Amino acid sequence: MTEVEEAVAAAFRAEWGRVVATLIRMTGDWDLAEECAQDAFATALTRWSADGVPNRPGAWLTTTARNRALDRLRRSKTEAAKLQEVAALSVPGEPAGGDESGVADDRLRLIFTCCHPALTLEARVALTLRTLAGLTTAEIARAFLVPEPTMAKRLTRAKQKIRDAGIPYRVPPAHLLPERTGGVLAVLYLLFNEGYSASAGDDLLRPGLSAEAIRLGRLLAGLMPDEPEAAGLLALMLLQDARSAARLDGTGELVSLEDQDRSRWDQAEIVEGRALLEAALRRQRAGPYQLQAAIAACHSDAVQARDTDWAQIALLYERLRRFIPSAVVELNRAVAVAMAEGPAAGLVLVDSLAANGELTGYYLLPATRADLLRRLDRKAEAAACYRQALGLAGTEPERRYLSRRLAEVGGAPA
Amino acid sequence: MRYMLLMCGEVAADDNAPEPEPVTGEPEEPCWMPWAREMKERGVLLHDGAQLQHASTATTVRTSGDEVLVADGPFAETKEQILGYDVIECADLDEAIYAASRHPVARSGGVVEVRPIYRW
Repeated sequence: MTEVEEAVAAAFRAEWGRVVATLIRMTGDWDLAEECAQDAFATALTRWSADGVPNRPGAWLTTTARNRALDRLRRSKTEAAKLQEVAALSVPGEPAGGDESGVADDRLRLIFTCCHPALTLEARVALTLRTLAGLTTAEIARAFLVPEPTMAKRLTRAKQKIRDAGIPYRVPPAHLLPERTGGVLAVLYLLFNEGYSASAGDDLLRPGLSAEAIRLGRLLAGLMPDEPEAAGLLALMLLQDARSAARLDGTGELVSLEDQDRSRWDQAEIVEGRALLEAALRRQRAGPYQLQAAIAACHSDAVQARDTDWAQIALLYERLRRFIPSAVVELNRAVAVAMAEGPAAGLVLVDSLAANGELTGYYLLPATRADLLRRLDRKAEAAACYRQALGLAGTEPERRYLSRRLAEVGGAPA
Repeated sequence: MRYMLLMCGEVAADDNAPEPEPVTGEPEEPCWMPWAREMKERGVLLHDGAQLQHASTATTVRTSGDEVLVADGPFAETKEQILGYDVIECADLDEAIYAASRHPVARSGGVVEVRPIYRW
């Protein structure tokens, strides 16, 4: 890569979302905004070679993209509406923000619009990756294991709905902000988890998606400095991502948390995640992401698995349950209780979860039960549960892990 | 933007419908009136709206060539039926969602479908 190509690539990562976001505000046309942003980056390749890299690449790219939009709108000035758009675009300088929330960064408008609850979750994720992160349709299709035309259609439909149904391009007003912020955080965390543990297929890790989620999380936390949950989510993603190298062994086998080589955890990510979490917690507005980050931090703090403060983790899950009253959270609490007070205490909780039937079909329920039974030396029952879990597990490494455990308790292969 | 709010909900089958309460004294304010007032205060324009009679009074009409096919009943045989509608004018989908969320039908177990209306 030449120096200019590197500069354009760096600008793409840093500025794509900003350029598109600004162009959408100016033109109200998502396709036009994307096309003009693309043009601007292509132009940069030739112009920066000739004239040198500008001092403020972002401003250069935005101006270039805006001029391109202006040209295109002028050429198609058949309707009065287009002329109005041209007039609006011709005004130099940045138009006033005008959001009730007082937040003016266009990228924040873009992310809230991409994550609007009137769009399907799939559409929200795809749109965020395309318009804000700048992934190509082909890349997004690959990441979600769907054919490219399917993904293209999904993106087109989402943009059509935004336009036709009148989804506003703005940061929600104060009374909607907490709820909508939760929606944005959920999209980013889903993206992270898609990368961290693929829900289907052979690749347990799709680090590309996790890295994008962290990048977007960093952006959001920067744009919403008064929202401790945004920092909490970023901290959570960093603390989990820090363990990704140790999560698989040399042959691609899944390694449980207690067996992981902790020297392979990424210390830089842990330090950053911890600092973010501590700053967020000082605001005294705990939420589900801060609590989950706090749980991840308990693991990071333990130099060896046996140093883990499971009693603290069980308490954190208890608090988390108030925000997320889900059976999965309760299952995790059961694991922590089992570690703090012994497998029998955990088994009581797991059995009552199994009895209420909410987690039927979720492989971690029989897998957890199996692990507790194994520790209680109830081998035959443990083997039965491992077999049950094997029938439900999604990814190959998960299945291989369960098969190994099954063999350990003397069960025949499923 | 102009939206139609379609009020949907479960309706009791005609046979089981309770007898209408006899009206005595001053007629009560319809349940949607406070909603209409709140919308007006927010600058949401109500163009039109009505409560529909029971779905058992519905007739569906199709055509096949020159033939007109008439059938008894609503177009979809589901438990949930269209109970009424409102046509509103407001800034964007967020406002329309707010209007829908405040409507008595949404507040009493029903569902409100928000549909943008074409403007030519």
